[in-house]
Amino acid sequence: MRPATIGYSPADLRGFREVQQLSYACAESVAARLEPGVTEREAARMQREWLRERGVRDWFHLPFAWFGDRTAFTGFKIPLQFFPTNRALEPGMPFILDMAPIHNGYTSDIGYSGCLGLNPVHERLMTDLREHRELILREVRERRPLREIYEDVERLMAGQGYVNRHRAYPFGVIAHKIDRVKERRWSPTVFGFGTNALRGLAKDALHGHRDGWSPLWSPYRFSDHPPRPGLWAVEPHLGFRGTGAKFEEILVVTDSRDPGESAFWLDDDLPHVRRRREEATTV
Amino acid sequence: MNRKQESRTHRPSGAEQQKTASGVEQLLEGGRKRRVHTGGIELSVVELGDSDRPTVVLVHGYPDSKEVWADVAHRLKDRFHVVLYDVRGCGESTAPKPLRGGFTLEKLTDDFLAVADAVSPDAPVHLVGHDWGSVQGWEFATVHRTEGRLASFTSISGPSLDHFGHWIKNRLKRPTPRRAAQLLGQGARSWYVYALHTPLLPELAWRGPLGKSWPKMMERAERVPANGYPTRSLPRDAAHGAWLYRDNVRARARRPRTDCYAHVPVQLITPTGDVFLSERLYDELDQWAPQLTRRTLPVKHWVPRTRPDQLSAWIAEFVTARESGVPAREPAPKGPHADRFAGQLVLVTGAGSGIGRATAFSFAEAGARVIAVDRDGESAARTADMARLVGARQTWAETVDVSDEQQMEKLAEKVAAEYGTVDVLVNNAGIGVAGAFLDTSTEDWKRTLDVNLWGVIHGCRLFGRQMAERGQGGHIVNTASAAAFQPLRILPAYSTSKAAVLMLSECLRAELAGKGIGVTAVCPGFVNTDIARTARLTGLDENAEQRRRRRATRLYGIRDYPPEKVADAILRAVVRNQAVVPVTAEARSARLIARFAPHTRRAVARIQPPL
Repeated sequence: MRPATIGYSPADLRGFREVQQLSYACAESVAARLEPGVTEREAARMQREWLRERGVRDWFHLPFAWFGDRTAFTGFKIPLQFFPTNRALEPGMPFILDMAPIHNGYTSDIGYSGCLGLNPVHERLMTDLREHRELILREVRERRPLREIYEDVERLMAGQGYVNRHRAYPFGVIAHKIDRVKERRWSPTVFGFGTNALRGLAKDALHGHRDGWSPLWSPYRFSDHPPRPGLWAVEPHLGFRGTGAKFEEILVVTDSRDPGESAFWLDDDLPHVRRRREEATTV
Repeated sequence: MNRKQESRTHRPSGAEQQKTASGVEQLLEGGRKRRVHTGGIELSVVELGDSDRPTVVLVHGYPDSKEVWADVAHRLKDRFHVVLYDVRGCGESTAPKPLRGGFTLEKLTDDFLAVADAVSPDAPVHLVGHDWGSVQGWEFATVHRTEGRLASFTSISGPSLDHFGHWIKNRLKRPTPRRAAQLLGQGARSWYVYALHTPLLPELAWRGPLGKSWPKMMERAERVPANGYPTRSLPRDAAHGAWLYRDNVRARARRPRTDCYAHVPVQLITPTGDVFLSERLYDELDQWAPQLTRRTLPVKHWVPRTRPDQLSAWIAEFVTARESGVPAREPAPKGPHADRFAGQLVLVTGAGSGIGRATAFSFAEAGARVIAVDRDGESAARTADMARLVGARQTWAETVDVSDEQQMEKLAEKVAAEYGTVDVLVNNAGIGVAGAFLDTSTEDWKRTLDVNLWGVIHGCRLFGRQMAERGQGGHIVNTASAAAFQPLRILPAYSTSKAAVLMLSECLRAELAGKGIGVTAVCPGFVNTDIARTARLTGLDENAEQRRRRRATRLYGIRDYPPEKVADAILRAVVRNQAVVPVTAEARSARLIARFAPHTRRAVARIQPPL
């Protein structure tokens, strides 16, 4: 049988799914332990330690944690502001945990949004993220240029009354490619990003530059191409007056002609998807 | 007295009003009178409303009598048991003998407790004080013997003499330039306090020429409505009231009490245009009043007469929240302007997207009641929905095309009937049209002017009239554009419409200034909104139009100036009552160039943008 994706065997996909599950388990475990007074640095350390204990030695990027209005990147001017600070969590505050561990050579990159206690704005943001997940998959299956999909997502956000906050990420990306990473004895990080994973991304960027595509899914001209087969970590990020929410998970793009097979979310058993199912059943 | 000038109150406008010694018959119609005896004095008390409801006691200032509260009392009487009394020596109350030493705050506290016991023996009362009524109120709210008799205190233009004493002492002790300036500023504003300390002269003036000319002076300087107040007892009230100052001010300013902490929740209403009291007096108030709610109004000193609607709304809300024991709403209004806009009615046109939506959210965050108007009902509903999430008390969505006169008239009627008079109107709805003049059809011109100019005209005409008729101020914000200063060869229709809006705003500002209504023209510049994506580009076939729209949208995205910043500028402009507000850097420089280098402006106008 032909593998679902050129270059990835079913075992590979299982590997990616496992490390993504591991990351979300980490996020849920850390989120459950968050309490008033915990700082972003502490939350980031909790994620790092939890994953190290379970055998993670390399990272696409080190864990981030954002609390309060930092979830909407309020006042972010330089990339250094993404790094965790000493801001302490307070009741009602939204938070985002974002981590990208590499385990057994498979990369994941996830984002987990939560809230300490009740926050109706955050609830609404989480509910409205569902439409973005559906929109992105639908348009990728239609093979629309990534730049146009980006603009459609942005338009949907504006229609919902939100601000596009993934524009604050480096290159304003809504997604980026991830791949297998060779396990090495030494895996240093530079500004929070793992050198091994960055090398893969740079290689993709070079090849892509020659062939007219980019591993970064951005609003710029270099993303004006149809979806490239591979694994994309997609991270739409909504902001609304000091409250931000996002999800991040792996979208598999293949070169299959069958629309259903041409793109699919790697895993549907994730907290933000389950939450939607629960909402749907209660309604 | 000219009855036609009378402001709208809940009193039936019947026969010619006369100034009478009592004034109660006219100004406090329907009130139940009673006399309360305390310490050899007889106090005249009037009650309105059902006595089973929570009791609100209104205390007047100097030189006033209880009738100063008439407009507010009538607005509150349906919901509360409203009690007013003449302070000793004023109105129909008798004066102590001798006058010297008869007006100390201790004795005034006795009076208040006697009234409270008489009108509400079982339940604590909610106190509202204006001017000297508020000065007394601070004493009542900070002394121990009123504990359990007082439920809340709303203070209007009257600081505690003890807090004032500490305020002066702090500034004398460490007179940094800023603090010294504050001290000197308040020192100059207090000129009348020194004057009242001279013997006999104030009494002579009040019983002579000052008493006669006072009502006219008030109408001119304070813009109070001529509605039969003050009563004929004014000269006597004012002459006796001088002893309030003589008996208390020096003593308290020299040796302020150190235990003057408020034991009840306090709502502080500060008029920002007060010529007698500096806003800075209340800077350190949080340390004395642990449960403090701040409100500000852009008016002069006599708030109960000039802004009865807003005042009674704030009093009612504050009292109700204390009575029900739960916070009035969730989430509490926040943001830098919550003190100014909480509870105000704000109407925003074009609220379905972009600057209008962001403005609606900003007002919502400050606790306003928001009416979101848009041609697209769904997006207006979305705005209203989200506005409630961020803190608006109430929100409504209305589907109206601002260019349609009949629809706008219907909207104005509906708003006046169901939601009240608009306090802040934001005429924001507009469309973009680009293309050379010779390519612009008359239809394009009509559509542009209909929305961008006529929409604003209808808004100002209908809601401006309601504001003017209410006579309690308001503010109109019109969204013009940087294109109002800067001619551009590709924007003839748009620039023309926006320049018209700018000039309309300036004219209207001049006209409505006398009525306390401010008008602001906001000139945003290139802001990341939907305007480029929905703009009409003339002289192009459909495909080319689509392409250019997309390109323009991307350029706006790269500029990425958020509409939220424009919304902040709008709120700031309303608070400061600014006339013209260019927002982005390009708008500011366009304005400067238009002013100082008109040749450059014309040169810029000739540039054909590479779209």
